[in-house]
Amino acid sequence: MNITRRQLLILLPAAVVAWDYILAGTPEASPNYNMDEHWWGMLIDLTKCIGCGSCVRACQLENQVPDGYFRTWVERYHAADWQEEYPQVDSPDGGKNGFPPAKESGGKNFFVPKLCNHCAESPCTQVCPVGATFVTPDGVVLVDQTYCLGCRYCVQACPYGCRFINPATLTANKCTLCYHRITKGLTTACCENCPTGTRQLANLKDPNDPVYEFIRTHSVQVLKPQMATRSKCFYYGLDGSVR
Amino acid sequence: MPAPPAPVGTTMKSFKDAEHLFRLAAVFLAGFILFLVVRSLLVPRSFGRYGHYRANAIGEIAARPISYAGHQACENCHSDIVDVKSKGVHKTVNCESCHGPQAKHVDDPGSVTPAKLDTMALCPRCHQANIAKPKAFPQVDAADHSGGAACNTCHQPHSPVITSAGGVQ
Repeated sequence: MNITRRQLLILLPAAVVAWDYILAGTPEASPNYNMDEHWWGMLIDLTKCIGCGSCVRACQLENQVPDGYFRTWVERYHAADWQEEYPQVDSPDGGKNGFPPAKESGGKNFFVPKLCNHCAESPCTQVCPVGATFVTPDGVVLVDQTYCLGCRYCVQACPYGCRFINPATLTANKCTLCYHRITKGLTTACCENCPTGTRQLANLKDPNDPVYEFIRTHSVQVLKPQMATRSKCFYYGLDGSVR
Repeated sequence: MPAPPAPVGTTMKSFKDAEHLFRLAAVFLAGFILFLVVRSLLVPRSFGRYGHYRANAIGEIAARPISYAGHQACENCHSDIVDVKSKGVHKTVNCESCHGPQAKHVDDPGSVTPAKLDTMALCPRCHQANIAKPKAFPQVDAADHSGGAACNTCHQPHSPVITSAGGVQ
């Protein structure tokens, strides 16, 4: 096939336009959602948690989390009165199928659901060498699966152990705070399926949000405050033995 | 040791022999321009819009399909059950917590119907006694409590308080 100079001059701009279209990528999926109006966090009321594992099951079904890996999980703590510093923690299969009877009675016994804390100063996003993980303008820590190299830096950097390498894609994987749901006006899968209202999604930019109101007016604590990660998962009724 | 005398006319001569340096600089400049062109072609347009990442990734993640439709979707059609549930102690329990993900049912209620549930498997998930549960939460030893009868023999799951005397032996 011969291309004359005239044809080439016509084809070149067309190729540029096509390439430009490829680079521009997909348009925004939620046209009614305004990132500037949200700053997402979560309230976890430990006085209500019954360790049923509904959140773990819901998360795995909603986000196709592979078996044996967890974006959220539930831990059971047992702290006898003389060993506050050394609590016994178990989480059989992430608490997905509930918990067996406790081996020991007495002391303190309670459940602690855990998930990505969506830190405003997240250590995991700071170590990514390729810009594959980031904090969105509305405060959710996400992973760009097409950019991630699977180098595991972020997995080590997270002080809360909330990241893992997906064995199917070999890229970093973590809680997205159900970003595909909260941008559609729904709550997260774990909050939706929590039967006791232990977990509740909060918009920390909306002064009329009742959950944000609760966080503002009650004694809440974040995990590992000494790490200065500005975690946005606020625990109500958190015991000092929780790590 | 005295320094050797400076040769005469070195400035003009070295300037004359500097052509290879200009060529090298031109090669570097061409390479740099090529780098800029290739970079502008390969780096996605949205990279850097909000920070050191590809901003379109946010939209791609937001575009994933949902599995759990949310209780608002259920309440549109099943208002009779919502009325019963909202008066009972299970008012905080959302539909899909027991019935499972139903987004497909919401999309096509005619052909996709939720499975019937086994209360003997479901109820103990929450109500099986465990020392770590809050003391005020109703807990039973499921095997002992009903003597093998299914939970919904006496308790109706949408509002489990036993109202009729005939329900309990």
